[in-house]
Amino acid sequence: MSGDLETDPWTALRRTTQARIGLGRVGSALPTTRALEFAAAHAAARDAVHEPLELDPFLTEVGGVGLGAPVHVRSRAGSRGEYLRRPDLGRQPDDLGGLAAGDHDLAIVLADGLSPRALADHGVGMLEALVQAFDGRYRLAPPVVATQARVALGDHVGEALGVTTVVVVIGERPGLSVADSLGLYLTHEPRPGRSDADRNCISNIHPPGGLDYATAARTAAALVAGSRELGASGVRLKDQGGLELEV
Amino acid sequence: MIRRHTLGGTSYVFEGLVDLMAKATPTRSGDQLAGCAAESDAERVAAAWALADEPLATFLDEVVVPYESDEITRLIIDSHDTAAFAPVAHLTVGGLRDWLLETAARPDSAATLAAVSPGLTPEMVAAVSKLMRNQDLIAVAAAMRVTTGFRTTIGLPGRIATRLQPNHPTDDPAGIAAATLDGLLMGSGDAVVGINPASDSPQATARLLHLLDDVRQRFDIPMQSCVLSHVTTTVDLIEQGVPVDLVFQSIAGTEGANTSFGVTVAMLREANEAGRSLGRGSVGDNVMYLETGQGSALSAGAHLGVGGRPVDQQTLETRSYGLARALDPLLINTVVGFIGPEYLYDGKQIVRAGLEDHFCGKLLGLPMGVDVCYTNHAEADSDDMDTLVTLLGVAGAAFVIAVPGADDVMLGYQSLSFHDALYVRQVLGLRPAPEFEAWLDRMGMVDEQGRVVPAELAGSPLLSLTGPA
Repeated sequence: MSGDLETDPWTALRRTTQARIGLGRVGSALPTTRALEFAAAHAAARDAVHEPLELDPFLTEVGGVGLGAPVHVRSRAGSRGEYLRRPDLGRQPDDLGGLAAGDHDLAIVLADGLSPRALADHGVGMLEALVQAFDGRYRLAPPVVATQARVALGDHVGEALGVTTVVVVIGERPGLSVADSLGLYLTHEPRPGRSDADRNCISNIHPPGGLDYATAARTAAALVAGSRELGASGVRLKDQGGLELEV
Repeated sequence: MIRRHTLGGTSYVFEGLVDLMAKATPTRSGDQLAGCAAESDAERVAAAWALADEPLATFLDEVVVPYESDEITRLIIDSHDTAAFAPVAHLTVGGLRDWLLETAARPDSAATLAAVSPGLTPEMVAAVSKLMRNQDLIAVAAAMRVTTGFRTTIGLPGRIATRLQPNHPTDDPAGIAAATLDGLLMGSGDAVVGINPASDSPQATARLLHLLDDVRQRFDIPMQSCVLSHVTTTVDLIEQGVPVDLVFQSIAGTEGANTSFGVTVAMLREANEAGRSLGRGSVGDNVMYLETGQGSALSAGAHLGVGGRPVDQQTLETRSYGLARALDPLLINTVVGFIGPEYLYDGKQIVRAGLEDHFCGKLLGLPMGVDVCYTNHAEADSDDMDTLVTLLGVAGAAFVIAVPGADDVMLGYQSLSFHDALYVRQVLGLRPAPEFEAWLDRMGMVDEQGRVVPAELAGSPLLSLTGPA
């Protein structure tokens, strides 16, 4: 490919797509720079999957938000390898002994999911934004930090805490361009056995490139209010409310 | 019926054909997740040994998914070709492996294998594949010929085609055109230019179909296009006169999994007829494009067979080819590493599954391609994809999928790049589909060996592809 940015027609075309177009060729292969760019993106994605959450500093940060001391819950997946192989174990808590039912309406679970880095980078900011968006309307349970966790682990947590609504904030599967994106899943009347059809999801939360915390939190607050009015979350809420979830 | 085998002084018991097939399967995480995998390497070999002694005729009497409750089983059993089966009817599974490898080494192998193919059921083919090393899967697949056609001819010896996959996260026409241009300049797109739409809306699908058809006509490209919407969406668009070349659908190996995809055998047969009725092909009338992948039935919770036991994912995958062959597709591919590490954990499992799927599909008479791919949470990388695409090139795969720089920005996974397709053609001396190669030649884009020469975008007539017609 021609190197001059001013005259290279690929420059204009790249504005239309993030796809790796016009990479050039050395023989049939990628030029060295392009091959290393790809390797770097894949390395970042893999590290985001495999590097564990640094639990103690994260618990301290979460404790500083003012919702009370956070509770740590592990899933039944004993290692990262087991977590990746056995999603069923990642959905089940190892021990819920640290959770006590109280007079709470809503619980927030901060889960590592497939990107602990996303939770470390954005979890506390997202939590603060949620607290602000809920604006004192609900009695919030002390936050739960869940590790080696899948979304459905929140159903067990929500049931143990006796809340009407559980919001799971979780690291999403890293892509080549973004390795630290959070997803947010809302489930009304959480209990084991809930399916994806019972949930509403907000994805792609990773400022500044993706959705920002305040916007995600406002959408979440609208969904929580809608689900409590309807008495259900998931497909019914989406159909009923006509909430625009795409961002 | 219970099977037993004693190995190294230990007696292993298998609770029927479903259990035996699962335990004989090379290790994969999906079978461990389903709870049907062998518990030790020794048990796996004992199962393979017992499976090798199983007469092929057993598979006509003892099904793995009940006939009464599963229309895929009914299709397989009711359409079995007894005459084609006759030459191998006396064999065991182990005997079939030997027969296939002996046949593959003979000069008339392609005709002999093609004649027997309709007599083999998917379960027989899955069973024999479990006894075969990677080398065996490659040797037999390389000896087979399956050709299909629409505007290009797929599956000819000495050739490998590519699906150009110009996906975009918001279906933006300019972005899709840019990725299509990139692929065409790299000699990609002879199997199909196929878009996974972000939206399944009929309007969005129609817009993309018009975009691709305009490109085809403006540049007189012998190619077929496809937007991979649900089959019902595509059939509706056919009725509205939208230019539909290929009719796409994801399929699986049980009635339950197909129900979760929203399709039945009857719907797929009707869609095939609707596509063919348009008569848009020039060198053939195969119009279906199908995708499959090990683990799809388990992920839909529709993987249980006789006795409520989990059927292993490779056997279920092969059953989806039993459905596919009733539809005479132009193209079919397994999306082998897409589904994630809970089904295929690492590069070794992905490579093995890719070779199994290719062998099984081809032996069942299908124009088998592979989406050589992985996700970021699998223990796999570009090296594993290089290994698999090289092996598939040797095995005579009909086509592979290619995206710009191996990075699918819409589906969030890594497939092959256009470069990777050029690599496999270069090292194995493979060429594009003949009609497409002739077009590349007219455009001055290939040398006399059919190799795509580096193109300067600025001087290419294709540059206007991204502008207004």
